[in-house]
Amino acid sequence: MNLHEYQARELLKAAGVPMFDGGVAATPAEAEAIAKRLGGGVVVKAQVHTGGRGKAGGVKLAATPAEAREHAGRILGMTIKGLVVQKVLVVPAAEIASESYVGLIMDRETQRPVFMVSAAGGVDIEEVAATTPEKITRLPVDPVYGLLPHQALALAFTLYSDIRQVRTAAKIMEQLHAVFTRNGASLAEINPLVTTPDGQVLALDAKISIDDNELDRRPDLAALRDESAEEPSEVLARNAGLTFIKLDGNVGCVVNGAGLAMATMDLVKYYGGEPANFLDIGGSSNPEKVVNALRIITSDPSVKAILFNIFGGITRTDDVANGIVAATAQFKVPVPIVIRLTGTNEREAFRILEGVGMTALSDMDEAVRKVVAIVKEAA
Amino acid sequence: MSIFVDRGTRLLVQGITGRDGSFHAKQMMEYGTQVVAGVTPGKGGQTFEAKVPVFNTVAEAVAATGANASVIYVPPAGAAGAIYEAADAGIRFVVCITEGVPVMDMTRVMPYVRERGTRLLGPNCPGLITPGECKVGIIPGNICAPGRVGVVSRSGTLTYEIVNHLTRNGIGQSTCVGIGGDPIIGTNFIDCLRAFQDDPGTDAIVMMGEIGGTDEQNAAAFVREHVKKPVVGFIAGQTAPKGRRMGHAGAIISGSSGTAEEKMQAFAAAGIAVMKRPVDVVELVGKALRR
Repeated sequence: MNLHEYQARELLKAAGVPMFDGGVAATPAEAEAIAKRLGGGVVVKAQVHTGGRGKAGGVKLAATPAEAREHAGRILGMTIKGLVVQKVLVVPAAEIASESYVGLIMDRETQRPVFMVSAAGGVDIEEVAATTPEKITRLPVDPVYGLLPHQALALAFTLYSDIRQVRTAAKIMEQLHAVFTRNGASLAEINPLVTTPDGQVLALDAKISIDDNELDRRPDLAALRDESAEEPSEVLARNAGLTFIKLDGNVGCVVNGAGLAMATMDLVKYYGGEPANFLDIGGSSNPEKVVNALRIITSDPSVKAILFNIFGGITRTDDVANGIVAATAQFKVPVPIVIRLTGTNEREAFRILEGVGMTALSDMDEAVRKVVAIVKEAA
Repeated sequence: MSIFVDRGTRLLVQGITGRDGSFHAKQMMEYGTQVVAGVTPGKGGQTFEAKVPVFNTVAEAVAATGANASVIYVPPAGAAGAIYEAADAGIRFVVCITEGVPVMDMTRVMPYVRERGTRLLGPNCPGLITPGECKVGIIPGNICAPGRVGVVSRSGTLTYEIVNHLTRNGIGQSTCVGIGGDPIIGTNFIDCLRAFQDDPGTDAIVMMGEIGGTDEQNAAAFVREHVKKPVVGFIAGQTAPKGRRMGHAGAIISGSSGTAEEKMQAFAAAGIAVMKRPVDVVELVGKALRR
């Protein structure tokens, strides 16, 4: 789960990371009030879960509170990469002497959190990583001992030579590491970590992603989820216990298991179709999940046909068949459905479907070819 | 022959009285797995299905039954604790089926099990099966058949799809292993490839990967250097959009690394025959076995 910048700032601030004061506004008037309180020039920043906000016009400098109000009025409600801006962050426009990057990510290979630190921070850090990776220092952190003081200092020395700045930066690394481990983050970064002309070291922007598996035991973090900042169909799916990602094609897919779901999408493409979504109904699927899955998929007007691909293991195929029957009784499914079922209780499943005049296939390849042919014919 | 589990495996089920644990313990017993003990704290002294003694702790269960492998079906919040307990009691092979284990927990579990010489499979995996001998986890036994092809995969149902193709075409398996799709897992592709290479009962290997991370690229490099047996590979997620999670926490592509294309190229460069569709496994494995 991605946190908004203002939420990430709050977690870091609570851990003691030095940063400019600021405020979050949902209306232009609030933005103006914050700018007035801060005094001087401010930056108004769109709070959306995507990069490239500045390039999209979602980050603006304002010299006066009145100007902050104007910018906020334009940015609030703006759509950036499909996401509507609901809130803006207002922070002082700082004079900056240097920009560094400090990040921690959960690394699969070392099976540890790994620090990535670079004196070449700022908006182009991804470019730095791609073209001059030697400018980034990496340090895996022992999960039992944590970040040791000498390690934090060594990282800080890659950024600064002034010992006061080094000590401050080392402290910030320790604080960032504490926030990362305490909250079960998969990513926590400060970009940029800046120095001001008078030598202060401050975090200017922050980004934190929380491991979704933490949310059950951390209701305080789960409460930070902002559903208004997500694709509505994906929110609906998550609340129904489904994993759903909307894509641009027209073949709706309902599959059990993430790997098989991806392989199904790939096969749709292989036979010349375009998948409309990724949808994993998970392991122990009850009929209700299938009803919800169909409801979500049929709400997408670009879907021209729906493919079920179910390999019953834990998932009982008769449960899925019952779900399809229940859904078609509850609401009209306006497009053809191609069903592939095999595995646990498949005979019962075929019988249930035949009872309402539907048929199912047992071969994945055949089902995918059929659904692609239907979509092509409709076009 | 096989890898990791066989007829001699004496299995302990942690969480045997729970909804999932009891259901799958029964299935494993029906398959013929020697389920020798169960553990549920507070239910020690009970007997599961009139056959299997239940203990309060893993240490008690091991002392009383000589269990040498464990499978975990406890909820996510208790999964790391269950792994620690099994390793501490001297169990050398632990399979964690549980989905949703916090990754931060796994960062601490891994050094713990390594120090004790315990192999962990999973978490968030379907387990493994040596057809005709021993099933540990949730892979349906009826789609597998004894034979000489080793299967290793990051997925669950995709594994079933491919194994089913093999079985229906008369190609049996030595062992089928689901390593799981989480970011931090106990046993990776390379561990399984090494075991299959060393297993005299395995003649060819099928490896199924997904987008995200670099495990498949590392596995391909290992195949090129160390695996003399033919390998057939598949990568799921060619149509996945960048920067999005596709269900498995692991299946996420960021930027240009971890794409299906990159992984398929790495496979091909290592001499691995790459399937375009799941059904291609039959032809490619058939060819490999005739070689």
